[in-house]
Order: sequence, then structure tokens, then C-alpha cells
Amino acid sequence: MEATGLSLLTVILFLPLVGMTIMMFIPEAQGRNIRYTALGFSLVTFALTLVMWAGFNPALPGLQMVQRWEWLPSFGVSYFVGVDGVSVLLIVLTGFIMPVAIFASMASHIFEDRGREKIYYIFMMLLEWAMLGAFMIQDLIVFYIFFEITLVPMYFLIGIWGSEQRVYAAVKFFLYTLAGSVLMLLAILYVGNQAGTFAIPEIIAQVQSGALVFPFSGLFSTQSFLFLGFFIAMAIKVPLWPLHSWLPDAHVQAPTAGSVILAGVLLKLGTYGMIRILLPVFPEASIAWAPIIGVLAVIGIIYGAWVSYAQTDAKKLVAYSSVSHMGFIVLGIFALNTQGIQGAVLQMINHGISTGGLFLIVGMLYERRHTKALDAYGGIWKALPIFGAISLLVTMSSMGLPGLNGFIGEFTILLGTFGSDVLGFFFALFATLGVILAAVYMLYMFQKVFMGELDKEENKHLHPLNWQEYAALIPIVIVILLIGIYPAMFFAPMDSTVGQIVAQVSQFVTTIAQVP
Amino acid sequence: MVQTDLYVLLSAILFTLGVLGVLFRKNAILVFMSVELMLNATNLALVAFSRQWGMESGHLFVFFIITVAAAEVAVGLALIVAIFRTKQSINIDDLHQMRG
Amino acid sequence: MHMESYPQLVTLVILFPAIGAFINLFWGARLSEKWISGIATVASALAFVASALLYVYLVNNNYQAAVVNPPLLDGWIRMGDSVIIPWQQRVDTLSVTLMLVVTGIGSLIHMYAAGYMHGDARYHRFFAYLNMFLAFMLILVTGNNFLMMFVGWEGVGLCSFLLIGFWFDKAKGVGWRNSNAARKAFIVNRVGDFGLLMAVFLIFWTFGTLDYYRPGEVANVELEEGSYYAPKGSPAYNLYQETHGEHGEEGAAAEGEHSEEAAPAEGAATEGEHSEEAAPAEGTATEGEHSEVAAAAEGEAHAEGAVAQEGEGHGEEEGHGEAAVVYLNNNHIATEDLGVFGKTERWLEEGGHEVDFGPFNLPLETVLVIITLFMLLGAAGKSAQIPLFVWLPDAMAGPTPVSALIHAATMVTAGVYMMVRANVWYHEAEITSLVVTIVGASTAIMAGFVAIGQWDIKRVLAYSTVSQLGFMVAAVGVGAYSAAVFHLFTHAFFKALLFLGSGSVIHGVEHGHHIAHGGHGHGHDKDHGHEQHDPHPVHGEEQHQDAHAHDDSHGHDDNFDPQDMRNMGGLWRKMPVTYLTYVIGTLALAGIFPLSGFWSKDEILADSWLRAIGEEGATAIQQLGGWIAFLLLFAAAGLTAFYMWRQIELVFHGKARTEAARKAPESVWLMTLPLILLAFGSIVAGFIQIPRGFFLFDSIFGHYNFVYWMQQSVVHSHAPPFQLGIAIMATLLALGAIFFARARYGGENPLVGAEQKDPLQAMPGVGGVWGLANARLYWDDIYNRLFERPFNALSRFLADTLDWKFWHDYVHNTVIRDGFNALGGLLSKPVDLGIIDGVVNGIGRLTRWIAGGTKTLQTGYVRTYAITLLLGVVVVIIVLLLPLLNTSG
Repeated sequence: MEATGLSLLTVILFLPLVGMTIMMFIPEAQGRNIRYTALGFSLVTFALTLVMWAGFNPALPGLQMVQRWEWLPSFGVSYFVGVDGVSVLLIVLTGFIMPVAIFASMASHIFEDRGREKIYYIFMMLLEWAMLGAFMIQDLIVFYIFFEITLVPMYFLIGIWGSEQRVYAAVKFFLYTLAGSVLMLLAILYVGNQAGTFAIPEIIAQVQSGALVFPFSGLFSTQSFLFLGFFIAMAIKVPLWPLHSWLPDAHVQAPTAGSVILAGVLLKLGTYGMIRILLPVFPEASIAWAPIIGVLAVIGIIYGAWVSYAQTDAKKLVAYSSVSHMGFIVLGIFALNTQGIQGAVLQMINHGISTGGLFLIVGMLYERRHTKALDAYGGIWKALPIFGAISLLVTMSSMGLPGLNGFIGEFTILLGTFGSDVLGFFFALFATLGVILAAVYMLYMFQKVFMGELDKEENKHLHPLNWQEYAALIPIVIVILLIGIYPAMFFAPMDSTVGQIVAQVSQFVTTIAQVP
Repeated sequence: MVQTDLYVLLSAILFTLGVLGVLFRKNAILVFMSVELMLNATNLALVAFSRQWGMESGHLFVFFIITVAAAEVAVGLALIVAIFRTKQSINIDDLHQMRG
Repeated sequence: MHMESYPQLVTLVILFPAIGAFINLFWGARLSEKWISGIATVASALAFVASALLYVYLVNNNYQAAVVNPPLLDGWIRMGDSVIIPWQQRVDTLSVTLMLVVTGIGSLIHMYAAGYMHGDARYHRFFAYLNMFLAFMLILVTGNNFLMMFVGWEGVGLCSFLLIGFWFDKAKGVGWRNSNAARKAFIVNRVGDFGLLMAVFLIFWTFGTLDYYRPGEVANVELEEGSYYAPKGSPAYNLYQETHGEHGEEGAAAEGEHSEEAAPAEGAATEGEHSEEAAPAEGTATEGEHSEVAAAAEGEAHAEGAVAQEGEGHGEEEGHGEAAVVYLNNNHIATEDLGVFGKTERWLEEGGHEVDFGPFNLPLETVLVIITLFMLLGAAGKSAQIPLFVWLPDAMAGPTPVSALIHAATMVTAGVYMMVRANVWYHEAEITSLVVTIVGASTAIMAGFVAIGQWDIKRVLAYSTVSQLGFMVAAVGVGAYSAAVFHLFTHAFFKALLFLGSGSVIHGVEHGHHIAHGGHGHGHDKDHGHEQHDPHPVHGEEQHQDAHAHDDSHGHDDNFDPQDMRNMGGLWRKMPVTYLTYVIGTLALAGIFPLSGFWSKDEILADSWLRAIGEEGATAIQQLGGWIAFLLLFAAAGLTAFYMWRQIELVFHGKARTEAARKAPESVWLMTLPLILLAFGSIVAGFIQIPRGFFLFDSIFGHYNFVYWMQQSVVHSHAPPFQLGIAIMATLLALGAIFFARARYGGENPLVGAEQKDPLQAMPGVGGVWGLANARLYWDDIYNRLFERPFNALSRFLADTLDWKFWHDYVHNTVIRDGFNALGGLLSKPVDLGIIDGVVNGIGRLTRWIAGGTKTLQTGYVRTYAITLLLGVVVVIIVLLLPLLNTSG
């Protein structure tokens, strides 16, 4: 598709920046105007992402709605946006999560003692811009920039509006992810230098045609080192066990909206990058490293679930459950077959929705009781029946109940893992154990909070949910049911793209067989 | 027709007066007026040369300078007023610190 | 409505309860109780009507299965061409049987619950859950692929969770215990689901699909039209007489008036055990052609005995088969277009098929063993078999109608349904069948034993359910698939009856308690203890581990447990309808002739016996399974009769042991009417499967109706000839057990001594054994020690020590951060101070020296700057002018 005028993607991408600029001119005192400007811009962005989805042609495997402007021509760097089957749903997810997070912020009381409402929403818009950019950009250098820019607003969101140990958590979050990406920058520069361009599709085309060869001779060779350079950055972002220890801090300390965005979208940057860059650019290394990564992922699934079960802090429990869920996604990606990767992409959406929903729920409880300790609750279902029912649904979605979204993703991932040439039976067996464990920790939390006697005086008169809280939760409920009942709609756009990626990887299965 | 040399001479005199005024007056407003004098001396020279060579660009420059000067006067006077409010003085020798 | 569109009703079968659940969930809070229960019951009843119409459809359509694609959900999970899992529902004799049971029993229980739950604060939610359960259960039984089964499978698990934990907010810790029971049920079931999920993956990668049968595929291609099981007088039956005359079964009088119509093809019914293998035929056989109803093509492996038969199949309208092309075998379908079972049969027929699992290949037979073993794990979870049965007794924390519907009649039979559905595989996998037999039979006897030592009226029934499910599972193990479903069918009646009866008793005793103590108004808390004082001590001589409020107030005598049978006695006078129906249910369960339990239990025993003695060419492994099943089930049948009669004596006979029992009223008609209907069902349900030639009954009800019906969809269903000796022995055993129970527990007050011990407990020598039963064989304690505690301990270790203290704090804070700082310190002293500092400080000093000289220039006076500026300008001008001077000079 020839770019005539502005691509829809460019419009979507810069809309949050426009909103941010406008908000800068609204005085701090006009909190209401600031909030609604942010909400309005996020809603319009979301609507446009839906328009983009509607206009997306699922039959084409390649990039669509492409727009490319030279930026630093001498270095081969360009502003290059495009969307394909892998990113289309993630862009929509970003568009979806943002209004939800803003609704959650509007319902929150964090500004009563922390203030600075204006800059908060400005950071939210900046964050949306950065995340959209990371999903749309097809140029390695610019991708790297957006990948890093996401850190800045998130750092401040945690560091300013977080809980008691917010500064520690924010710094840890920042340093961890930054440290990982330094290696990625080196790898990017090397790859770009070799290819003569930083445009991802061009690099992939060169790799596939054999014009660009990263020498591969086993687990430790040039290609593998480049692979690892990217992989470690992504794995920290995911986070893959054992690089997860920033996550509980960041989640527990972040404000609700921050946690929702972190779990909902930011973590997906890592897994998205794996599909977008690692598999097609380093196919041999991906195949060679897949079993090792698979082991880490399976350990993460079981370990995350097990650790989650022992938590007494609701938010920490959900945070560790993320480690487990993201393990599924990585496992699906490195199954290197259609089922696994499609399942992984869908599971990215699912995890964003379900875990985002869980963080919202924990946040709403916190708003009312000012504690995240599970012991402080009990019988909340009786006090807040509708909230209890919604929470049950989100919990069930997170533990993969059939008919809801989580199941479809987990099932297809495990199906792919089972039939994968690089992983296979035992990976599927142990990963499926994670499904049992998910029930263990999720039901534990649900029971502790929502069931049992309503015996604590302070729990008996919780004020019911306000409209902003419903506005945040109900879309999540709808999407949970929609994906669960009609997943074909979500698989359709990825079919051809994922098929192409799988073909790009499996083309190299024969070459790798020749490596001693 | 008056010789161009004379215009330039007048211009040079005015400019010198301006320079001297900037260097030796202590009153900020007078310094300021001296700066204006220098600008207008330049204007005069530009117009004179423009007339001699029959080119319009000299006039153009003059208009630019007048505009910029006007803006400069507005900002400069505002600054002087602000300084007077804080220091109760417009003596430029009192203004040798980089803080208010 | 045309017959052809009848199968579409199966969509409605699910939709009705789903809509009912939806209405009650969203608007129930604003409706009155009458409306709520009315909507729910009508939704369930409509589903029953639709199921009944489907039954009519099958009967009129030659039992041809139909596969229905609901309009909206075509291609439910679809990833290009690699994974296509459609949302398809299957109408065949097996699924319709289950539909009828689920909706029929379900409707009665809805009705009962309308009375039972009266006054509950969450009345509407209860009915919404109940309807939701029905919807999921119907998805489970009507789905045409394993994933839909799994959806229903976990969906009913969710409803079970919600309903067990329905009273999650009870005071005094009971709420916690209820919700614990709910959680336990879900988690234990998840262990089973893990097995099922693994089976599903294996199935997918073995067969490339999850569909049982594709639309248009014939399930039972070996279906004999000349059937031993065909109704007497039908052409098929007569054909059987013709060809099997040499067997000389009793009652095989030669009513051969139709025999001229039957034209046995060559080789029909001659050699060996496969003599019945005749392809069904309707119309003339045309070899391998699909134009008309065709017998299997000649030369096809299992179709040699093809029998072509002119005329209508079952005496139904003729015109049916002729309009459309009807295939009676699958030879026209390519292998890759077959469903999983069709593929299995095709591959087995071809022989030597290997399944490619990437790095290694496995023979199909081995794969089937693995698949079926994983499925068994799933079945053990849902159908409460060893080792996963532990959740079911605890599940009695739910309201009694729930126990009746979900935890006795329907949901728990899902595992049996699944294994029967996969009978093609279980038939093939002998090793699995042996394991299934062992699991089922040992569960049956174990649970029967434990039931003897229970005091809680519902808990006895819970263990009884576990035991009866063991019967069904063992039946699957010995290849008696149709008998398993038959027992499932009859069991649904009498176990639902017994549970509802026990609910009626509990309800009555509780009301009696309120009447006796002037209660706190009309209490709506059922099934569990209250805070009032009870002059009659709760028997505290043993650790009562039941899910009742005993812990926090033990010894204070202020808890009255309306479920404890020690608080009952002599209720038959007070609750005559409940009593009468309860006795009928008990006798049916005990297998007393001619109630329904007799027929189904006897068929299982007979089948096991025939396996054991090696009939029909059973292999050694099958014989072993037969012996295990026969011996254990036979003993379990005796235990069944004993514990059930013990219950009758304790609850209804003798004299009332508490004030509450003395004042207990009979329940309202809404509750007793379902009891009466179910009692009727318990009596007659067995008549659908009378063995051939059974005096009198055969001529009234016909014989083998059920197995004839079942074999249309269950390929390997068969029914054994009646085994008179076993029937007599089993009946005598049951009667003996009843008389023994009567002897021990009969009389005014059967409980012994001041502590009110069980008579068996008081018996020297037996007391210990009884104690073992009372302690439920310590299963829960063993599991607690073996799994729960290590799991929790490891969990805490991982979370607190490994992840937090070591990885989070030590590695990240100490090793990395402090290490970084320490490295910084190390670098700063010798390296930094000595070398780098020297250089840096040198530069610094130089800079400072320069700065010192120049700083005086910065006066801050505008004038100084202006002069500097001027001087600068002058210098620049001079420099610019220098060349001019040179040239001019």
C-alpha cells in the first residue's frame, strides 16, 4: 500500500502527543478538564485503533498501512510504521487498556495526598504514545527508542504515585530494563551495520534470501550472541524466570493504573519483540535456543504459580501470577509452530485483559480498605455482590476456565507446545501442571477475599462501585467473554502473518541440521 | 542633492554618541536611549546607501530594525521597570550580581 | 415442523437453561421467589421437552445420528487450516440418553429446590447457578468434539464450585469450611482436568482433529441389523433367529413370519465370535455404491457378513431412507476426513499404523493406551474415583438439591460418559481397561466400606455415590459400556431420590428443631448448625470431622446438627411420604428385584462374570479384570444393601432420639411430588433393559431395548445373557445384608450405651474396623500429609526464602547492588586516587589556575562588558580592514 498523506497509524500514534500538548496548557487547578481531556484522547485513540482493525486485511501476511519517512538517511534510519497480523491486536489492546487505566485513575484517591494530577495524565499520554510507537515502528533504532521511552513515564508513575517503597521499586524497574537493553542496542547496531539498513522488513528479507548471513555454528556463535543480545532485553521485560525479581516490586509499589498498564501492555513489548525480531532475523539461533528457553519458561510457569500461592499480599500474588502467565506466552512463541505462536499472541491479549482486570480489582479493594493483605478481607462477595461476581469472572478467566478468554490462549499454546518439533511432550506435560496450580493460587485468593464469613466490621460497609469503576471493569468483562466464546475473530487477523513467520523459521530447520 | 558622505558622517557621529552614552551613563534609561540612538544611526546609514545604489533592500532592513527595536523597547522597558521594583534603583552599576 | 429439522432443537436444549440462568442472574434480584423458581424450572422443563423430541427424532430416523452446527458459532476455534475446532453438537442415542437424564432429573430437582430453598437470601442466584449448570452439562454431553466436552467439563466444575460454596458466608467458621470444600472440589477436579487436557493434546496430534465423528459419518458400522438385541418380533430380531438359531437361546421360538424378507448374505453369521458382524442394511445392497443404502463393500475387512435386507428397518415409515442418500458405512469417506473414532477403526483395520510425534514414532495401540490412561485421570476427577474422590464427600456442604443433581445424578457421571463415548479406544486398550477395572472396583468397595461408618445422612449417600460410580467405571473396564450407561441411568433416579429424601429429612428435622425450641423465627439456614441451645447433647465421643459447626463450640452443646443421624429416629410416622419413597430408593439401590437397581447392577455383575470365565474369547488380561470386577463389585453390592438399611433404621425406624425428630413435620408438596415421581422412576427405570427371555417381563416390556438403543452410537455395547445364578446370589446377598442391618440397628434405640455408640463400634473385634470406616480410612489425613503440607511448605519456602530472601534480597540487593557499590569503592581508592585522580586532579588544578586569572574579568558591570564588546568590534574591524590597508598601501 502506497502511503498517500498520513497513514492511519501515524495519526493514531501522534494523537496521544497532541492530547499531551493540549493538557500542558490546562492549569493544574482544572483537574476535571485535565482528566476528561486525557480520557477523551484515549477514547478517540481506541476508536481509531478499532477503525484500523476494521481496515486491516487479514489475508495479507506483510505490513499494511505503511508510512515511511527518511530520518537519518546516512545511517539508514527512518520513521517507518506499519501493522501486520501480530501487531494489529496489540495496538488495539494498547488502545483498549488506556481508557480503562484512566477510568481507574479517575476513581482513585491517589491525588488527594500526592497531588500533581496534571503531570500524571501527561505521563499517561506519553506512555500511550511510546507503547503505540513500539508496536508500530518497523525500524530497529526507532523501535529501540520507543522501547526505552516507555520506561520514563512508567518510572515516574511508580516513583511519584506509588506506595511506600516506590522509589526503590522505580529505580529497580528502570535500571533492570535499561541494563538489559544496552546489549540490545549493541546488537541492533551490529545488525544494522551488516544489513545497511535498520528497517526490520528489509533485514528479514535479506536474511530470508540469504543475502545477509549471521554465521551460525551452535549455541555460542555470532548469531547466537546477537540473538542473546536481543533476547535478554526482551526476557527482562517479559519477565522470564529468573529475571523476574523487578516485577513484584514494580507491581506492588505502582499505582493501580500503573500496574494495569505494566501488566496489560508493557510486558508484552518483550514477547512482541521476540516474535517480531528474534524469530525471523535469527531463525537458526531461535531453533537452537528454543529448548533452553522452553525450560526457563516452564520453570517460570510452575515457579510463578507456586510462589504466588504463598503470598499474603493480593497485589504480589497477582504479580507472581504474571510470571507464570508470561511463561506460557514465551513457551508458545518458542514452540515455533502456528498453534503456539497464535496462541501466544492471543494470550498476550488475554493476559493484558485478565491480569489488568485483577489489578483493577485489587486496586478497588485497596481504595476501600487501604490494605492489600488477604487476611484483611473475607466475605466481600456478600458486601459487594456485583463486584464479587465480576471478580469471579476475571479470576476464572485468569485461571483459564473454558468459555472465557484465558482458556483459548492457554489451550492453543499447550497444543502448540505438545506438537512442537523443538519442545514436545514433556514441556507440555509440565506446563499443563501450571494449569492446576493456577486454580490453586487463584481460588485461594478468591476465597480469602470474597468468600468466607463477612466477619470484619470494616468490611461490612464498603461503599459500592462508582461509575468510573464500572466503566473500567465492564469492558474487561465483555472482552473476556467475547474472546472466550468467539476466538475465531481474533485468530483470523494473525493467520497469514504467523504462518509466514513460522515458514520463515522452519526454512532454516534444514540448515541447522547440518550444524555438528 | 545632498552627498551620501554627509549622511554617513551624521550617522557616524550619532553612532559614536550612542556608544559613548552606553559607556558613560549610569542611568539605565539613558543607556537604553543610547542603544536606540545607535540603532537609528545604523538606519540612517542604511537608507543613505540604499538611495545611492537604488536598491530597496536597505529600506527593508530599516523596517526590520524599526520593528525589532520596538519590540526591544517594550521588553527592555519592562525589564527596567521590574528591576526598579526589586532594587529601587535604575543605576546600572548596582546591577552586577547574577541574582535578584 | 419437519422431522429433518428436529436436530436443530439441540441448540435450544442448551439455550433454554442458559437463558434461564441469564434472566435470574441479572433480574432475579427483582423477581419474587415464585417467578425465579418458575423461570428456572420452566427453562429446565423446556430443555427436557426438546430432548424428548430429539428422542422421537432418533427413533423415527432409524437412530441416525445428526450433527448440528449452531448458526453463530461456526468455526469456534479456527487458525487457518492448522486447527479447526467447530462448535458442533451431536444428537445420537448416547447423548440423548444423557440429555434426558440431565434435563428430566434436573427439572424435578428444580421443582424440589423451589420449596427447599424457600427464604434463602440468594434464592435467585441459586437458580441461576442451577440453570447454568444444566447448560454446561448439556454442552458436555452434546458436544461433538473433545474440546466442547472439556468446556462443559470445566463449566460444570465451576457451577459445582459455586454451589458447594453457596453458603460461603455462614457464621462460626462454617462459611470458611463450605468455601474450603468448594475450593477443594475445584482443585481436585483440576488435577483430573489436567489428565483430560493432556489426552486432548494427544488426540489432536494423533488424529489431527478432535471431532468424535464427522457429520455424515456412521458411528457403528458394525451394527448388526440382524441383532440379538433387536426388539422381539422386529425383522432384525427375526433375522437374528434365522442366523443364530444354533445358539438356541431360551425364548427363541421361531416366529419366523418375516423370515422370507431376510436374505442372509454369504458368510453371514457363521464363523466364530464375529458372527453378528453384519452391516445394517435397508434396501438392496449394491456393492460399494453409495447411491442406495449399501452394505459394506465386499472385500472390506469387517463387512464380509453383510446382510442385505429388503423393507423397513424398524417398522417405521418407509419413505425415509429413500429421499436422501443414506450411507451405512464410511467407506466413501477418505481417512483424513473421518472423526477420531472412525480414524481409529480405519487404522486398526489397516494395521501397523504409527503416530509421528516428531522425534519418535509410536504404534497406534500404544498411543491409545496413553490417551485412555490420561482420560481415566480426568474421569477419576469428575467421577470421584480413587485417587481423586476426596472432594465428593466434602461437596455435601452444598445445599441438598445440589448434592442430588450435581453430585449424584449428573455431573459426577460425566467421567463415565466420556469413557463410554471413547469406547472404541477403551475396547482396544486392554491395559487401560484393566486399570479402569481396578480403579472402579476398588473405589466401589472402598467407598461402600466407608459409608458404613458415617453418621452424617448426606455423607453416607455421598460415599454411596462414590461406590456406585465405581460400579459404572468398573463396568467400563470390563467392556460393559451399555451396562455402565444403564446403571448411570437407573442410579440417577434412585440416588437423586435418596438425596432429595435426605434433604426432606434434614428440612423436617430442622423445622422440628425450631418448633421444639421456639427457634429464632423461621430459620432459613439449612443443612447446618444453629446457635441455639439443644438439650440433647451432640455426641461428642469422637472427632466429628464433618463439615459442621463443631469445632469452635465443641463441648458446649449449643450446636444442633440436623444432618446427624443420631439426632433422628422414628421419623417414618412424621414423614410418611419421605419414608416410603426413601425405602423404595434404598431397595432400588440395594438391587432388590424388580426395582431398577437390580437390572443394572445385575448386568454389570453378569458382564464381569462372563469376562472372568473367558466367554467371548477374553484374553488373560481381560479375564483378570473380569475377576477383579466381579469379586469386588459383588462384595460392594452387599455393603451397599447394608449401609443403606442401616440408614433407614437410624433415620426412620425406632423411636425419636431428639426433640427435633419428635416434632419434625412432613415437607411441602413441592418437595414430596418430585420424591414420588422419582420413586416411580426408580421402580420402572430398569424395565428398559430386560434380559431376553426373562419370564413375564420380556413379554411385557420387550428385551434389550436399551442396549439396542445404545449400540447405535456406542460401537462396542453389548448385553450379556441373563445369569440366573448370579442374580439369585446377588439378591440373596443384598437381602442378607438388609436383614443383618435390621438385626443390628433395629429396635427402639439402636445406639449403644450412654455415648450412643454404633452397635458395630460396640462389638468387640469389629469396633476397630468400624472405626476405620468412621475415620474414612484416613484418606484426607494421608493426602494432607502427602500433598497438602509439603505443597504449602514448599510454596512458602519458594516464596519467602528462595524467591524473596535469596533471589530478591540477597542476589539483587546484596550481590548485585552492594557488589556494584563495593566495586565502585575498590576502584575509587587505589585506582582512582592513584592514577585517575592524579590525571583528573591535574587537569582540575590547571583549570582552576586559569580560572583564577580570568575570574577578575567577570565584574558584573554592564559597562565593562560593553567596553569589551566595543574593543572586540574594533579588533574585528581592524582585522577586516588589514587587507585593504595592504592593497592600498
